[in-house]
Amino acid sequence: MELLYFGDKGWGDELFFATLITIAVSITAMIIGFIFAALFTPLKLSNNKFLNSIGNAYTTVIRGVPELLVIYLFFFGGSGAIMFVASIFGYNDYIEINAFLTGSFSIGIISGAYSTEVFRGALQSIDKGQFEAAKVLGFNKYINFFKIILPQMLRLAIPNLSNVWQITLKDTSLISVTGLVEIMRQSYIAAGSTRDPLFFYSFAAVLYLMLTFLSMQLLNRLETKYSKGY
Amino acid sequence: MDIELMINSFPKLLNATLITLKLLSVSLILGLFIGLGFAILRMNNNKLINKFAYGYSYIFRGTPLLVQIFIIYFGLGQIEYLRTTFLWVVLKEPYWCAIIAFSLNTGAYTSEILRSAFQTIKTGYLEAGKSLGIPSKIIFTKIQIPIAIKQSLPAYGNEIILMLKGTSLASTVTLMDLTGVAKYIISTTFKPVEVFIVAGGIYLFMTFIIHNVIKYLEKKYGFQT
Amino acid sequence: MKKLKVLGFGILISSFLTISSIADQIKIGTEGAYPPWNSKDSAGNLIGFEVELANELCKIMNHDCTIVEQDWDGMIPALVSRKFDAIMAGMSITGERMKTINFSQGYADEVASLAVMKGSKNEGLKTMSAINLSDVSADEQATLDVLTKAFKGKTIGVQTATIHQNFLESGLMGNVKIRTYKTQDEVNLDLSAGRIDAALAAAVAFTDYAEKSGKEVVLTGPTFAGGDFGNGVGVGIRKGDSKLLNDFNAAIDKARDDGIISKLAIKHFGFDASM
Repeated sequence: MELLYFGDKGWGDELFFATLITIAVSITAMIIGFIFAALFTPLKLSNNKFLNSIGNAYTTVIRGVPELLVIYLFFFGGSGAIMFVASIFGYNDYIEINAFLTGSFSIGIISGAYSTEVFRGALQSIDKGQFEAAKVLGFNKYINFFKIILPQMLRLAIPNLSNVWQITLKDTSLISVTGLVEIMRQSYIAAGSTRDPLFFYSFAAVLYLMLTFLSMQLLNRLETKYSKGY
Repeated sequence: MDIELMINSFPKLLNATLITLKLLSVSLILGLFIGLGFAILRMNNNKLINKFAYGYSYIFRGTPLLVQIFIIYFGLGQIEYLRTTFLWVVLKEPYWCAIIAFSLNTGAYTSEILRSAFQTIKTGYLEAGKSLGIPSKIIFTKIQIPIAIKQSLPAYGNEIILMLKGTSLASTVTLMDLTGVAKYIISTTFKPVEVFIVAGGIYLFMTFIIHNVIKYLEKKYGFQT
Repeated sequence: MKKLKVLGFGILISSFLTISSIADQIKIGTEGAYPPWNSKDSAGNLIGFEVELANELCKIMNHDCTIVEQDWDGMIPALVSRKFDAIMAGMSITGERMKTINFSQGYADEVASLAVMKGSKNEGLKTMSAINLSDVSADEQATLDVLTKAFKGKTIGVQTATIHQNFLESGLMGNVKIRTYKTQDEVNLDLSAGRIDAALAAAVAFTDYAEKSGKEVVLTGPTFAGGDFGNGVGVGIRKGDSKLLNDFNAAIDKARDDGIISKLAIKHFGFDASM
């Protein structure tokens, strides 16, 4: 148990902060994923074949390749790609992205592919008549989308989004390659340093279980709140 | 981009794909049995048995696969007592450690899929069939089983793809699967992007095949209920 | 209002994307898992011979340095993709690596050795005590033959992408099964668990492990140098970064003359591994 002491002797405080990092990365990745989903969901629903295939390529490729490879590719190729884009705009100095954002982005790309599928499903299941009705009533497009479609979509999407959250949270265990010290990397370091892998990996499992359990409680509450009136 | 390296590494990666497919198929078969067992336990009326089965699936679905592999490989390997038992014959081998972790993981998800499939087998069908004079054995094989398969196919198809991606973690316990060989090539050429793109393409191709096979099966069983 | 939002977003983005052209600011990558060269303490700080040496060299060069950790298997790709500017991670200077990156002059060197668990059949092999592979003599060949026979068909663990892996693959020790690991820690764990018959790494990596874990890991056979084992450990620098390379070379000269490298080596290795 002294392995978990806080302070210089034990690994308690390090693991505590690593847990906070895991939470922060998961939330940031989820938000980045939403941004990706906001970009790609309209493409997937578009009638334009070209736009449609871009949307499909994103979700198919990302969901069809192991997360570990996506993360490696982003880690080693990401800054090169960003610099390439920057050089088109005439910026040629080195652009550096910090470890936290590299990690969040690589998980965010993955999370976004799953979110896109969820939003697409939710939008498609909204009755088409509602779009027509809103038009007939003379609502403009803006009101139509934000006041009528979006709330319904979110309500339909929340149960599936909690699955995406679970996937995202667990995927953060793979970003230790980026050097970000989250739960998994900290446990790895502690296991190496103390030569007690059984204890530290089991403890990591307990931490992840706690996080999934607590977040599920929270999301279930959200779900009941938003499903009112149905 | 080093196109030559990409072309040269392709046959080596393709060769390693065999190990990936072996890991995948053995884990899926074992996982199906484990899943079936736990799905049946979940429907048991005994609260303790029920809770046990639920606990299993909750723990394996609530923690990352990487943690599970590390506990089984590096964690259990440190227990000196274990090394004196017959279990060590299995746990000594990285291959079997990976298989154990993958099977238990996919077993947990499979048990959930099967449980919800069983629940859709409504007793109503049985009664309706009986009143029409159809023997219950035929109702089971011709009506209930096909419905259950149809219900669980999409979810199980997803699980197969998730497991395929999961096998890439076998490389963390020294196995030379597709990802393992990709990492090995990178360790001498220092060009991760090129090699991982080729490996990613192979994974993508496999996902594509699995996806379409499942789609075909869905169509085959896709009669109206 | 809209413009303000765009501006705010821009500031947010640029606060994450920092431009690293700030003068004299360099980043040094290390593994943090290869004691006594480099490792981490329980407070999460990077420690070890190279961490202290890096700070001394930076003081001499008058550079502002930060030391960052990077997994070993991605060390050279990370340097190439500019995650940091220099590698100090117990990385030996080899021809294979020189195809991709440059090295400073060597700052330290130590020999490699095989290790087995106490009680193993291959404990205390009767061989020469040291061989140099740059020029294999008849006696040295006899020693290699002894090793070839002793380890025929055995599984030997090494850390991936190391000189030790290269040596085993060269076939100089005959047909052995090679198992590669991400870190030396993992090699040590599997050696003491009995999953592998032997391991090959820097001799100090085993003595350090045996001392700290209390596990009965013992060195066996000769110590290795030369050939696949490279020409000492140097600072890895991106190709084309010749100014930084010259700075490091000059700083290593100065640190050597002032006795700093020897002092740090004796502190961490227990013997003078400086070169």
